Amino acid sequence: MRADPADYKLVSPGNLQAVLSLLADEPAQWLPIAGGTDVMVLYSAGKLPNRKLINIWSIPELRRIDSLPDRIRIGAACTYTTLRRNEIILREFPLLALAASWTGGIANQNRGTLGGNIANASPAADSLPALLVYDAELTLVSVRGERRVPYRTFHMGYKKTALAADELIRDISLPRKFSGYIPHARKVGARNAQAISKVCLAALGQVSNGTIRAVRLALGSVAPVPLRLGETEQLLTGGKIELSLINAARKSVIQEIRPIDDIRSTARYRASVAANLVAEFVEKLAVAGTNA
Amino acid sequence: MKSSMENGAKIEVSFIANGEERKLLAYPMERLLDVLRSDLGLTGVKEGCGEGECGSCSVLLDGMLVNSCLIPVAQVSGASIVTIEGLSRHALLNPLQKAFLECGGAQCGICTPGMILAAVHLLEKKPEPALADIREGLAGNLCRCTGYMQIFEAVARAAQPRMAK
Amino acid sequence: MNVPHIVGASVPRKEGREKVTGAARYVDDMVLPGMLHGATVRSSVPRGKIKKISFGPNVDWIEFVVVTAKDIPGKNCIALIQDDQPCLAPEIVNHAEEPILLLAHADRHKLRKAVEAISIEYEPLPSVHSMEESERKSTIIWGTDNTLKSYLVEKGDVDSVWKEAAHIVEGEYFTGAQEQLYIENNGVIAAFEPESGVTVWGSLQCPYYVHKALMVLCGLGEDKVRVVQMETGGAFGGKEEYPSMIAGHAALLAIKSGKPVKIIYDRMEDMVATTKRHPSRTRHRTAVDKDGRILGGEIDFTIDGGAYATLSSVVLSRGTIHAGGAYYWPSVRIRTRAIATNTPPHGAFRGFGAPQSLFALERHMDRIAQVVGISPIEVRRRNFLKTGQTTTTEQTIRENIDLDRLLDRALELSGYDAKKKRFAVENKNGQLKKGIGIASFLHGAGFTGSGERYLNSLVGVEAGRDGVVRVLVSSAEFGQGTNTVLCQIAAEALGLPYENIAIAQPDTAVVPNSGPTVASRTAMIVGKLVQSATMGIKETLLKSGLLVEDYTSDQFRVACREYIAAHGALKSYARFESPGNVYWDDEKYRGEAYAAFAWAVYIAEVTVDLTTYSVNVDDFVALQEIGKVLNPVLAEGQITGGVAQGIGFALYEKVVWQNGRMLNNQMTNYIMPTSVDLPPIRVFFEEHGNVHGAHGAKGIGELPMDGPAPAIVNAVEDALGVPFNFIPLLPEDVFEALRDKSAERGVLSPARGTA
Repeated sequence: MRADPADYKLVSPGNLQAVLSLLADEPAQWLPIAGGTDVMVLYSAGKLPNRKLINIWSIPELRRIDSLPDRIRIGAACTYTTLRRNEIILREFPLLALAASWTGGIANQNRGTLGGNIANASPAADSLPALLVYDAELTLVSVRGERRVPYRTFHMGYKKTALAADELIRDISLPRKFSGYIPHARKVGARNAQAISKVCLAALGQVSNGTIRAVRLALGSVAPVPLRLGETEQLLTGGKIELSLINAARKSVIQEIRPIDDIRSTARYRASVAANLVAEFVEKLAVAGTNA
Repeated sequence: MKSSMENGAKIEVSFIANGEERKLLAYPMERLLDVLRSDLGLTGVKEGCGEGECGSCSVLLDGMLVNSCLIPVAQVSGASIVTIEGLSRHALLNPLQKAFLECGGAQCGICTPGMILAAVHLLEKKPEPALADIREGLAGNLCRCTGYMQIFEAVARAAQPRMAK
Repeated sequence: MNVPHIVGASVPRKEGREKVTGAARYVDDMVLPGMLHGATVRSSVPRGKIKKISFGPNVDWIEFVVVTAKDIPGKNCIALIQDDQPCLAPEIVNHAEEPILLLAHADRHKLRKAVEAISIEYEPLPSVHSMEESERKSTIIWGTDNTLKSYLVEKGDVDSVWKEAAHIVEGEYFTGAQEQLYIENNGVIAAFEPESGVTVWGSLQCPYYVHKALMVLCGLGEDKVRVVQMETGGAFGGKEEYPSMIAGHAALLAIKSGKPVKIIYDRMEDMVATTKRHPSRTRHRTAVDKDGRILGGEIDFTIDGGAYATLSSVVLSRGTIHAGGAYYWPSVRIRTRAIATNTPPHGAFRGFGAPQSLFALERHMDRIAQVVGISPIEVRRRNFLKTGQTTTTEQTIRENIDLDRLLDRALELSGYDAKKKRFAVENKNGQLKKGIGIASFLHGAGFTGSGERYLNSLVGVEAGRDGVVRVLVSSAEFGQGTNTVLCQIAAEALGLPYENIAIAQPDTAVVPNSGPTVASRTAMIVGKLVQSATMGIKETLLKSGLLVEDYTSDQFRVACREYIAAHGALKSYARFESPGNVYWDDEKYRGEAYAAFAWAVYIAEVTVDLTTYSVNVDDFVALQEIGKVLNPVLAEGQITGGVAQGIGFALYEKVVWQNGRMLNNQMTNYIMPTSVDLPPIRVFFEEHGNVHGAHGAKGIGELPMDGPAPAIVNAVEDALGVPFNFIPLLPEDVFEALRDKSAERGVLSPARGTA
């Protein structure tokens, strides 16, 4: 343990307004901590630069899940366990439930939160590609009010987000319009559980008569931010699923991503696996298409 | 919950540990692991990695399995915590503890407290677990000695009486 | 003696109840009054001369206990074999993380900040970071030529076989470093009183190793050093020699401060600073006849010892002796060496050199099979050692061993033939390629050659007034079941219930030196001595007339009470006696290397996923002949645990080096298998007895480490048709090989090499 608790301050205002007031009074001074599964690891390693933390674990507005007719609104401090148990998420947003089941072991799923994953902004986070393909929208709140931000624009660079210094993510909403899509996700890590992903794919597709009518692809761990593969999606949309299309898609994937060598893996491996995962998905669509 | 006024001031935290009400002064960012071990003498909770990877520090927090090395004590105010010490009543072993003894689920024993609590948690959620459920339920608890096989057997054996019903 | 019913039964673990209730006491659970925390200031350069040590501002240094090399009362070394490793670097540092000075303080947070406030200036010296660089000898970092130790084994006339050979098969094989990753980090508490001397409580395997090291370091007589083993949370060799270092540090701080000092490493420090498995390189050149029978060969085996000699000579020894494996070599030349690099010294890890040389051999056997055009099964059958034949060190195999039949049984248990047929069909389509691979091997138990005689182990047994019999050994329990099997043996010898036997906590003030808990020697050698010593108690009571044959445990208790009343105590000792016909030549490295060999055939079934390039082990059969199964549950647990570590060694556990320092020193980035990564590990035993072990037991602790890696890599080659000759084999490596399928070269370098 390489941090001295006496050097840190952790306050628990207990309600959202008090939290936002503090963030407004001292912008960029206070680090919100929910489940702590990212923050506490840094803290224990002596690598947490922040000395002032604000406890948002039990703020009621952040822990609710509201299902409206056209969308589901997930409080930012909902844990992965909560996501895995929610009927609507399981049925209509299975990629998110799947990603939640891949994030750490049970103990970390009981504490890790979706908002924490988003705010931490690691490109390797498992649930972020799912949010990209599901057209997630974030509600950011501050004393100045609230604003909606399409999740697709939220990440601006490596660990740089659109969150202002006095803002907090209040909820993540997902439009309930994906039941007609074939879902697919796959995570590639160093082992089958408790692994930071080397490559992670979330995908949705619609196919009829062997032709891709619509497709959404998002990858994690292949760029400084989680990535929607807009160009590859365009290439695939309207395309007849055959080997030439799949090969073209592979090339396009490799061109769109910017993977690196790091302590866990290599850029070349990530590129090849990313292309393989997309190819695997397109093949799955072909099979599903013939069964349709 | 109280908020601390000064940088580095201790706060009063009360919670229930193994059925007993506890109240103490601690820095809000003290790890729950350290408070349990040092302040409460519950040394059955072990530190293996300090990064939430090995599960040796697992405890039950309001019935949920968590890694106590990743929890600031300020966040457990009012909660109920169960450690390995809280499992056996009056020297009678809990069925999981008995099964671990019979099946060889504990070798060096350091992962055992966390592993047993993870198994308790699993059986509460899934009283009749298939092998795949057992594997998944324990995936956050690393064991270097057993290769897990006999731990799976122990959990399956402890689940048996319920499955026999 | 009747048919044993306690030995051979799965009696519960002696200290099991404490372990499942959280009552077991590990060193960090212990607190002493007035205790300080200790910490180590370590080198940040791989090699250099210490120019200046600065104690930063903002720290009240007067509050701290500071120990440097100058404070060492005795000799500044960790006494082991060559005594070249300093306890604290006096002037030159030879590896990153080398200990330079020590601090202690009552507040561990202030302590850590103080460590960070010390800055050290170095004059960097050229450093060596690979075996190849060390061998080039352009920079000498140890001795005269960087060679820590070397051996040469010669049998028969190797030079004459090449011309007769139908094939000459060559291969080069590599294994990487591996971290023991016991879940309990290294830790000790030391205390010092002028009258009684130094006492150390620690997480350790060998109390008497630490005892000797402290005597030398602290300049104290043997009765002024006391070492106590606490419950130990895993060791696997990682706590064989390293504890002498951390104990030495705590002792020095305790001596200087007059207060007890606790040093517990966190995971990052433990991984970066302590020992790992020696990386290795093996080169085979083998002459075989047209049927694939070995005529002779040359084996060149090199291990990276790190910056100091420590145990490298012994690891090298075992690797050398196992290099020829379970096969008959009519002639062979085995040239081996341990060489120095500027890395934290590598050390003991389960298997101790054998997993390295056996990986190479078992891969090479498959290669020979390919060249000759026969199956991996057939090549093994044609070369297996048979009773009456000699090993590479010319040890005659006296026991009845039929490896052919053992292989048959393993093949049947694994469904080998049916699987091979099925895979041939299934592999034609799809992204999943399946393969199955074999390793057949042996593992020698006990210390090599004259080692056991040198250890001269002594075991004691004491009976109490209450009839409880206490076993007194320095053999440590760290999960393998020492406490349990030794008590079973004693119970059996006395005909008493298992519950009537206790075992003393290993405390050098109380127990004799039964040798280190290493080398798979405890059940076999110490067990036999426990048996003798216990029978001594029985004989004493029978001879005294206080007891008659076929006694009940009540009668035994009464007899003990009466004997002790009359004589004061009831103890019996047994000392190791070398079997008469054992002969070992330390210079020629020839003769009876081990008292007993266990034999095994392991079979691994894998799936390689061409989408992710990952290798998954789907099924694993571990069949071994181990003399006698003393406790079925414990024995099975040893095998499954060892196989799991072997799977990690093969597929997951990579140490990433940067400038001689482990970069991935966190559990997040050093990957060991979880509960969802391992196949069903199916364990089977055969028991053919062993004259040298209690109840015929052979050692089994390390055996399971030797087989998994080669069986798995053999299986991967079976699946893909691509040979891999290094481990760990990561998906990135599989990817690189398939990318460039001009894979006629036998050696494929890892995707990320060492820095």
